[in-house]
Amino acid sequence: MTTAQTTAPTADGRPSAVGAAPPPGAAVAVRAPVLEDPTRGRRSHDGRLTVPGWVRRLSGPLALLAVWWLVTGTGLASGRVLASPLAVIRAARQLAGDGELTDALGASLYRVGWGLLFGVAAGLVLAIVAGFFRAGEHLVDSSMNFLRTIPVIALLPLIIIWIGIGESAKIFLIAIGVVFPVYMNTFAGIRGVDLKLVEAGRTFGLGRLGLIRRIIIPGALPGFLVGLRWSMGVAWLLLVFAEQVNTNTGIGYLLTSAQGWNRTDIIILCLVIYGVLGLLCDGIVRILERSLLSWRRSFTGT
Amino acid sequence: MATQLHGHLNGAAPTEAAAAVLETALLDEVAPAQRVPGGTARTSAAASAAEDGVVDASAGGDATAGLAVRVRGLRRAFGDHVVLDGIDLDVAAGEFVALLGRSGSGKSTLLRILGGFDTGISGDVLAATRRSVVFQEARLLPWTRALGNVTLGLSGKDVAARGRAALAEVGLAGRERAWPVTLSGGEAQRVALARALVREPELVMLDEPFGALDALTRIRMHALLQELCRRHRPAVLFVTHDVDEAILLADRVLVLTEGRLSLDLPVDLPTPRPRTGPAFGALRARLLRELGVDEKAA
Repeated sequence: MTTAQTTAPTADGRPSAVGAAPPPGAAVAVRAPVLEDPTRGRRSHDGRLTVPGWVRRLSGPLALLAVWWLVTGTGLASGRVLASPLAVIRAARQLAGDGELTDALGASLYRVGWGLLFGVAAGLVLAIVAGFFRAGEHLVDSSMNFLRTIPVIALLPLIIIWIGIGESAKIFLIAIGVVFPVYMNTFAGIRGVDLKLVEAGRTFGLGRLGLIRRIIIPGALPGFLVGLRWSMGVAWLLLVFAEQVNTNTGIGYLLTSAQGWNRTDIIILCLVIYGVLGLLCDGIVRILERSLLSWRRSFTGT
Repeated sequence: MATQLHGHLNGAAPTEAAAAVLETALLDEVAPAQRVPGGTARTSAAASAAEDGVVDASAGGDATAGLAVRVRGLRRAFGDHVVLDGIDLDVAAGEFVALLGRSGSGKSTLLRILGGFDTGISGDVLAATRRSVVFQEARLLPWTRALGNVTLGLSGKDVAARGRAALAEVGLAGRERAWPVTLSGGEAQRVALARALVREPELVMLDEPFGALDALTRIRMHALLQELCRRHRPAVLFVTHDVDEAILLADRVLVLTEGRLSLDLPVDLPTPRPRTGPAFGALRARLLRELGVDEKAA
């Protein structure tokens, strides 16, 4: 084929341009390549099947529900071990009917709400102090990194001695747990702001306040939102612990007492409520991210 | 301001137009980046010149007249490593100076010093008060739309209108609300140019501004920059490692070698300057030799 042509010596006896690299006399023959379709037949087609995104996202939980139904409906698991979805709905209607469910939900939301508020505020203040001032960093960051390693639950005995066993102790426990993820992520966010942007901002006449408002706060926002999302998970986790100490209301209380009554339907109802509340919190942060970080066009997965 | 400068420069010698610029520089703000070996800031350029005896006393307070940049004996070392070793540099108002050098020769360091980012220096450095910088990466705030990036740090009633006009001037009218991530490399650099020009600078410093752009976009950006300079007539200090780019754009090309200005070459070619012309080729050969490149190998 072309092999003969490309390596054929030119009139003056030297190899032609294609064969110029090897020294004369040692010219290597061009090998004939074997061709293949780089996609190897795995072509994607645009109009393949377009299932709406929400349907695809729902398919996982729906499959889980189906398995649950199947396992309880066929008697594979008895009602004492695992209540059926129907039994859980019945329990929900019963508890909602006598107002116990709304009371429990209200009490839990109250604790988580205040705990989050105080914790996020404290975490933010600490991150700003440590992020903006060198002295603040020395003062705050090392101690935060040390305190972070202590399991928050281990503080419970101390909190009970200090604050007692009332509502404020529960809120305090949640707040303590929330401080760390907010602090860590916001501090990292502030320190992660591109120095080149700060330099550019200075060039174009931004003062200290302008730099903070126009560059550092928006730059640290993604980190803060990650911390916020994380802290919501921590808050619900700690709520379960907090509500096992001297309570007579709340989802956690309902959960522990249901264990005493051997009511798996109520236990599962509580778990479902935790799940739904977690999803709601995540949704709130998601909405926040979408509106506050609309400038980002990030990788969304394939 | 821009029109006023333009008028000056159209007919008159550079010095006359420049006097207006320096006046502003000296009256508005006194110490842009004035430093002496001792580290004390001077209060006036004239005092600095007189004390140092760098400039002939008869020149008096006019030592810096007509200049947008004046550097004497600038030295910058990082530890034992001397990056800039006794730089003397004058850039006249309205003059387009290209600064060439191999990587690591100190070009960017010099620019950073003139931009006021680097304070660990010794020597005398003066730069026009109204100065702006275009960086290699556009350095737009990703969370601020194009217009907000252009008007960053400006205040006043007509800021938005001025920003819009600047965007229109770089050919981005209608893209005011675009997020930086949605802009192409060339468009982002146009926004950066608009951001530099909206301040009506007397000195624009560009640090390899088109280095990250593709060849076709770069050609268009050269034309745009030339047009903008023709209209606004700022002094320009253009750092690049592209010899052709330097010859194409500049009135004067400097070569920085190991911390010293080793060559100062005026480019007396009429514009437009075809790259294929013999004079262009001679300049290119001269500059490449100065940069230590064998043209045939290059």
